[in-house]
Formats: sequence, structure tokens, C-alpha cells
Amino acid sequence: MNAPKLDYALLAPILIVLGGALIGVLVEAFLGRARRTGVQIGLALITVAAAFIQVIRIRQSGSSGAAVLSVSIDGAGIYIQGTILLLSLVGLLLIADTDNFTAQASAVPGSTQESAAIIAGKQQTEIFPLTLFAIAGMLLFPVATDLVTLFVALEMLSLPLYLMAGLSRRRRLLSQEAALKYFLLGAFSSAFFLMGSAFLYGYSGTLTLNGIASAIHTAGNNNIFLLLGIALLSVGLLFKVGAVPFHSWTPDVYQGAPTPITGFMAACTKAAVFGATLRIFYVALDGASWSWKPMIAVVAVITMFFGAIAAISQRDVKRMLAFSSIAHAGFILTAVVSLNNHALSAALFYFVAYGFATIGAFGIVTLVRDSAGEVGDLNRWVGLGKKSPLTAAIFGLFLLSFGGIPLTAGFIGKFAIFSAAYESGNIYLAVAGVLSSAVAIFFYLRVIVMLFFQDPTNDSVSVVIPSAMTRLAITICAIVTIVLGVFPSLILNATNTFALFTR
Amino acid sequence: MSFITVLGLLPLVGALAVAFLPKSNEKLTKQVALATSVAVALVSILMALKFNTSQGGFQFVESHKWIANFHINYAVGIDGIALTLILMTTILVPIVFLAGWNESEGGRWSVKTFYILLLILETMMIGVFAATDIFLFYVIFEAMLIPVYFLIGGYGRGARAAAAMKFLLYSLFGGLLMLAAVIGLYVISTNQIGGSFDLTQLSHLTIDKPTQNWLFLGFFIAFAIKAPLWPFHTWLPDAAKAGTAGTSTLLLGVLDKIGTYGMIRFCMTLFPDATKTFTPVIITLAVISILYGAFLAIGQKDINSLIAFTSISHFGFITLGIFAMTSQGISGAAFYMVNHGFSTAALFLVSGWMIKRRGSSQIADFGGLQRVSPVMAWSFFLAGMSALALPGLSSFVSEFLVLVGSFGKYPVAAILGTTGIVLAALYVLIVVQRTLHGETTPGNESLTDLNLREKIAIAPVIAILVVLGFFPEPVLHAINPTTAVIMQNVGVSDPVAKAGK
Repeated sequence: MNAPKLDYALLAPILIVLGGALIGVLVEAFLGRARRTGVQIGLALITVAAAFIQVIRIRQSGSSGAAVLSVSIDGAGIYIQGTILLLSLVGLLLIADTDNFTAQASAVPGSTQESAAIIAGKQQTEIFPLTLFAIAGMLLFPVATDLVTLFVALEMLSLPLYLMAGLSRRRRLLSQEAALKYFLLGAFSSAFFLMGSAFLYGYSGTLTLNGIASAIHTAGNNNIFLLLGIALLSVGLLFKVGAVPFHSWTPDVYQGAPTPITGFMAACTKAAVFGATLRIFYVALDGASWSWKPMIAVVAVITMFFGAIAAISQRDVKRMLAFSSIAHAGFILTAVVSLNNHALSAALFYFVAYGFATIGAFGIVTLVRDSAGEVGDLNRWVGLGKKSPLTAAIFGLFLLSFGGIPLTAGFIGKFAIFSAAYESGNIYLAVAGVLSSAVAIFFYLRVIVMLFFQDPTNDSVSVVIPSAMTRLAITICAIVTIVLGVFPSLILNATNTFALFTR
Repeated sequence: MSFITVLGLLPLVGALAVAFLPKSNEKLTKQVALATSVAVALVSILMALKFNTSQGGFQFVESHKWIANFHINYAVGIDGIALTLILMTTILVPIVFLAGWNESEGGRWSVKTFYILLLILETMMIGVFAATDIFLFYVIFEAMLIPVYFLIGGYGRGARAAAAMKFLLYSLFGGLLMLAAVIGLYVISTNQIGGSFDLTQLSHLTIDKPTQNWLFLGFFIAFAIKAPLWPFHTWLPDAAKAGTAGTSTLLLGVLDKIGTYGMIRFCMTLFPDATKTFTPVIITLAVISILYGAFLAIGQKDINSLIAFTSISHFGFITLGIFAMTSQGISGAAFYMVNHGFSTAALFLVSGWMIKRRGSSQIADFGGLQRVSPVMAWSFFLAGMSALALPGLSSFVSEFLVLVGSFGKYPVAAILGTTGIVLAALYVLIVVQRTLHGETTPGNESLTDLNLREKIAIAPVIAILVVLGFFPEPVLHAINPTTAVIMQNVGVSDPVAKAGK
């Protein structure tokens, strides 16, 4: 048997990140605690930046056999990898503020051991290698073209996230509960994904997406194995993107996880998982679209309305953003149903627009604190516009972008995705999207009213002075949100060229 | 760069200048803002002088690629109707600045913010009338809600935050319906001509009837909320009551015109067949608006609500004129928009001064103002007369044109509309009599009359109302060729030989 041929240049972005993660583990083992944090932050940033540079270098090339038949580096894959790396870079700037993470994860919350760890100034710097492992999984997921590699990538990106969700410095029980919930439900959905893969293998006799596509083409598409496979695979994917009815973990995990992790997870996981979802449905299951289109369309409509309506009644800012992310998942799902290149291009744009606004919004959440840590309760955010106008204004900007108000990136994203849906003949999806946007705008405005039109109550909530990195991250996100709202062509040209899956 | 772009950029430059002024020097802030708006007004007048009134099409056209991937252009151009509306806007803004010299104080935010918001709003108001690219129009249409929202909510009176929210939600909902229609139109254009947002190109699409009806409704409901037409009007009285006099002037005088302007510019141009299909329904709504607005105005106890309801009645007239689809009707409606802008400005500004001096907006609190503050009382009287369309004032000309234009086709609607004039006399005379005439009631004895600044502010408005009442010719001259183009586009002609004017 010959050794498999690997195209190392094309795989380099993934390998660089994995290498960085491994070095990070070594740093944990061998470097003294005093210098560890700085080295880890630098290492993680350099690794991600290097991987991004490599993505830029390979942008013109591509191959459907980068790693035998398991990885296909093509336009859309390269673009999504680039997006994930950029978002991760900004996300890492937030994560670098280690004040958000527990001093010692193994210490029981409230124990003397914990306070000793805090006094000793301990830090869980493992967070950085874990992030890099997750990023590597995210890079692999949207370019993987066989079901086993997809599964491995899915687990690779999920496992570190389960762990990271439990590392919050404050309200640790909530955080640990979130981690456990995320882990159990995530494991459950992985099982669905695996089961779906098995059925698809049983149907087509192959694991590759292309093989499944040609099996559908030749063997007919009304086979019970195929339908079961599609259904179960969808459950696994829909769980990861937080679509209704598989969304129930989202608010709890978003609320419990350390806020920088929430931002990173919300932005990057969405891009990665939607990237893979789009590839699976566009490449492998295109021929059987009659069977899954109605299902995904219904899920999309329910998801966008449920997310928007449930968000109205939220009292916690992180839960509200979680439901908003559910609604956005519904919007992006319309791109899956549309099944045309414009929709793919629109989705690619949406990842950037939504991702930066999300990281920025969670970045702001880390800043609003009282003596006990972050203040999640929206009722205590009132009058923030008076206390620190700039912070409130930038948060308002992100909310307007989520709501799709013109001159923000979110509007262009929505416009692109709805017009692609309309173009594909799914007019009802475009109309449902527009109507649910109207509902969604209501709760974004409610927050803006709280920020700007109510007088601050006399309590200790204040905006802490951000660290340089947090400040940089939020600034980048705000600039991207405005610039892409006014000059979307800067990215749209790229999304149009790259919106291609090689088969 | 064409005239329009320069005109649109000027207020932005002013806003930028204001932003760099020291926060403490409020006087300088106001002076810079006023100077900017005067400069804008002068440039717009210069533009009007260079405008060729014998042409019906777009002039000063300019187009640049903006978002090439979606075939979106920065495309502007004005025809007669757009020109008169832009002129109205640019003349009203300095008047509002001057009239409400102190109304920016005591708001939630600084004086500086108030003027920055207003100047940004002026740019958008110019842009919304000049846009010939539908996407550009939509973007401005939606984005301009944000400054208005903060102006009402931050500097208004009473339940300002709630009123601002109501205004925003109504408008955004309408806007989103329009977005769906815009997307639909774009997709149809993609299939037929490879994608375009250009108004002229889109008007040549062939769209099947059911689709056209849906798209028409998407646009029309957005405009009917904006205008506002019964039954989409409920946000208006609240917003008018809560806004400052200046904000309310711009809100009713200019922003609401975008609704009626949009009906002419977009609904009729893009969907001529659907327009004809829905005309009976819309005429009915217009007549209901005329009567409903008038009846409710009679019963109002608050001056600002009263003005808001009179406006609903007037927007009924404008809509009636537009959808009568005769040359007098449309020209009259376009002229009506301008007159209503100035006459509402007069009402809001003078009543704003009255309310500020008296400390109350209840009609019952005023009485016998004629004795204590004659100039203010006479100004209010004239503004009221303009609202009831007294012959000799400009609103009479336009109301007459609308009724003449609609009588030929819709006699019942025209006759019912005429009763609206009678009701107008009632609601105006009641408020005039209660506030201005009779004995000076307690609390009003020491009201001061208008000062020089206020006199300078109101004089041009009254002058315009009177001059256009006797010489409407220049404005109608600019509007008429445009009307002809629109009617030709829809494919209608006047039912009988033109009645002599």
C-alpha cells in the first residue's frame, strides 16, 4: 500500500494552527508561571496570523484531493478558513484578557482552595492551546469532504469548546453547568451525526461527499437509508448551529461560558459549521433536494421567528444575544435552502458581518461590570449612554447591525441572503425573513432605549477601562461593521469569486 | 460632482465642523449650524435657477458605481417635483434653526448633538428626494429614521421616548415590507435585464399582474405609513406632540412628504397596472383620511395633536390628487406638498412659541392673545388661514387643483373632499377663536410678543404662503412637465379637455 499523497501547502493553515497548539501544550509544561501568559498570548496570535498569511498565499490554488479524497481546498473553503482565522484573531484579543477565566479550574467553587489560587495569582493559560485546537477543528470542518473526516473535525472543534465553556472566573457554578449541558447535548448530537453518516454509507457504499452525490444520481433518491441519513445528519448539524428545535443549549451556554469564549464560539463556530453544512447540502445532497429542502425551510422559518420572539422577553444581555444568534442562524439557513451561488456568496458575506458584530458585542459585555464581575441583567444597563456614551454607542451600533439597519454590514448581509432566497424561488422565505426582522428589531430597540433614554439608576454598575487588546478588538469590530455597511464591495467581490465548491 | 451632490455634502461638512467645536460654546455651535443651512439654501436656490423648467425628465444627473456586485449605483437626479420638495426642505431648515434657537437646550444630550443630528438629517432629506437608484433611496429612507428617533426621543417633550419608539417601529415595519418589494423587483430585473436598481430601467420591466400587485403593496404600505394615511396614522399625533416645534415641523413638513412623493415616484412609475387596480381602494382611504383627520382635529384639546390631525386630513387631499391621475390632480398634489410644508411649519413654529411662553399646549389655557401679543396672534391666524386654504394663500390653489382634478373622474370623492374644506374652516376657526380672541384669560396677561429673531424666522414662511397664493405660476411651471411625463408613463390622460385655470 502506498503512502497517501498529501498536499502540504494547502493543508498548511490547519497544520500551522495544530503545531501552534502543540507548542502551547509544551509551554504549559515547561515554562514558569510568571512568563506563561505573555508567551501563550503571543504564540496564539502569531500562529493564527501565520495561518492566515498561508491562507492568503494559497488563495489562487485549490485541489479536490488535498488529503486523498478527504479534504477539498476550494474557493469557498479557503474563504471560510480566512474568515475563521480573522475572527479568531479578534476573538483571541478578547480572550487575552485572562481576568475572565478561573484561576484554577479544578478548585471547587467557593472553596478555600479557590481563594488560595486567586490570591496566588494562578491562571489557566491552557485556554490558549485549547482555543488553537478548536480553531484547527474549525478550519478542517468546512473543507472536509468525507463523513469520517467531517466527524473528526466536528469533535475536534467541539471538545475544547465544552471545556472552555466551564472556565468562567465568576459565577462558576453557572459556567460549569453550561459546560456540562453543552457537553451532554453535544455528545448526543454527535451521535446523531455519526448515525446519519452510517446510513449514508449504507446507502451509497462510500463516505465521500462526491460519492454520495453520484450515488444519488445513479441509484435514485427515494431510498429509506438516504432519507434517514439526511435526517440524522441534519440533526447533528442543526444542533451545532443552534437551530430550533435543537437550540435549547444555546442560551444557557452563551450565558454561562466566559464572555470572550462566548463571542469566539458564536462567531467562529457558526462560520465553520455553516460552511460544512453548506458543503454537505450543496455537494453531496444536491440531487435529493426535494427531500430536505422543505424540512430545512421549515426549520429556517421557525428558527428565525422563535429566536426573534424569545429574545423579546430576555432579561439577560448574554441570553438575549444568544436568541439573536438563533434568529441569525435561521437567516443563514435560508442560504442552504436557496441552493445557488448567490446564496453561497451571501452566506460568506454574512459570516463576516455577523461574526465581527458578535465578537464586538460580547467584547462590550465584558466591560460592563460591578464589584462582583460582569453585569448581565439588562435592567442594570439602563442609562449606560449617560455613564459612558462611547461604549453605549458602539454597542448600539452592533445591535443596529444585528437588526439590519442600512449603512451597517448586517443590512447588506440580510439583503444579499434574502435576495438569493427570492431568486431561488423561495419567496416565502424572503418574506418570512423580512417579517421576523421586524420582530427582531423590536428587542434591539428596547435595549437601545434602555441605554440611551432611561436615566441611570444609582448602583455600582460601571464600564471598566478596557485593556489595550480588548479595546483593539472592539475597535476593529466596529470599523468592520461600518465600513462593510457603506462599502460592502470590498468583501462582496471576494465572496463572489470564492463562492464555489469543487465537486 | 453635480449640484445635488454638493448640496447633499454641505450639511455633512457643517455637521463635521460642529462636531469639532468646543462643547461649552453653544452659541458658536448654533451660529455654525445656521450658517451651514443658509449656505445650503442659497446653493439650492442657485440650482433651481439653473434648472430647465421646460423639461420633464431628470436633470443634474450623476451616477457612480457603489456596490457593483448588486448593480447598485450612487445615482441622483431631480425633476420638477423633486426640485420643489428639495427647495422646500432647504428653506425650512434654516427657518427651523432660527425659530427654535433655544429648543436644543434642556434635552437629554448636548446642544452640539442636536445640531449634528439635524444637519445629518438635512443631508438625508435632500438625498431621499434626489435618489434615482431604488437601493440608495431605501437606504436613506431607513437610515434617516435614526436621527429623527434621537431628535424626538432626546429633545422632545412629555412622553418623548415612547413616542419616538412608536414612530420608529411603525416606520421600520413599513420599511421592511418595502425591502421585500425592493428585493423582489431586483430579482425580476436580474432575470430580465441582468440586474438593476435604476428607476428608469426598472420602469421598463414586464411584471405579471399578481406579482406587480404584491410589490406595489410593499411599497405603498410603507409610504402610507410615512404619509400617513388612515388607518396607518396612529403614530403621528404622538410624535407631533412629543417632538420639539422644529422637529415636528421637519417631521410633518418634510419627512411625511417622502410618503406621498414615493407614491408618485415609485408606486406609479414602477407599477402602473397595479396602481390602476388599487386606485379605488386608495381613493377611499384618502377620503376617509380627509374626513377622519378633520373630525378628530375638531375634537382635539392639544394644539400639537390638532395640527397633526389636520395634516392627516391634508395628506388625504394629496393622496386623492395623486391617484386621481389627472394632470391637475397630480400637479395640484405636488404643489400641495410644498404648501403643506410651509403652512405646517408656520403652525408648528408659532404654536411652539405660544406653548413655550404659556408653558402649556392645551387650547383651553390660551385666550385673548390678540391683545397681549398681536404679532404672534396674527402669525398664528395667518398660518391657520393657510391650513383652511383661504383664497389668496397658496394652499387654496393646490386644494382647488386637487378637487378640480379629481372631480372629473371621481365626483363622489371630490364632493366628500369638499366637505373636508368646510370642516377645516371649523377646526381652524375654533382654535383661532379660543386662543386669540375674546378676553385675555388669566395666565396669558404677561405673554411677550415675538422678538426680532422670531419675526425674522416666520416672515419668509408667511411671505411664501402669500406670494405663491397669488403667483403659483413659477412652481407649477416646474411641476407640470414632470406631471406630463408621469402620466405618460402610467398611460393615462385627462378625461376631458383641460379645464381652464
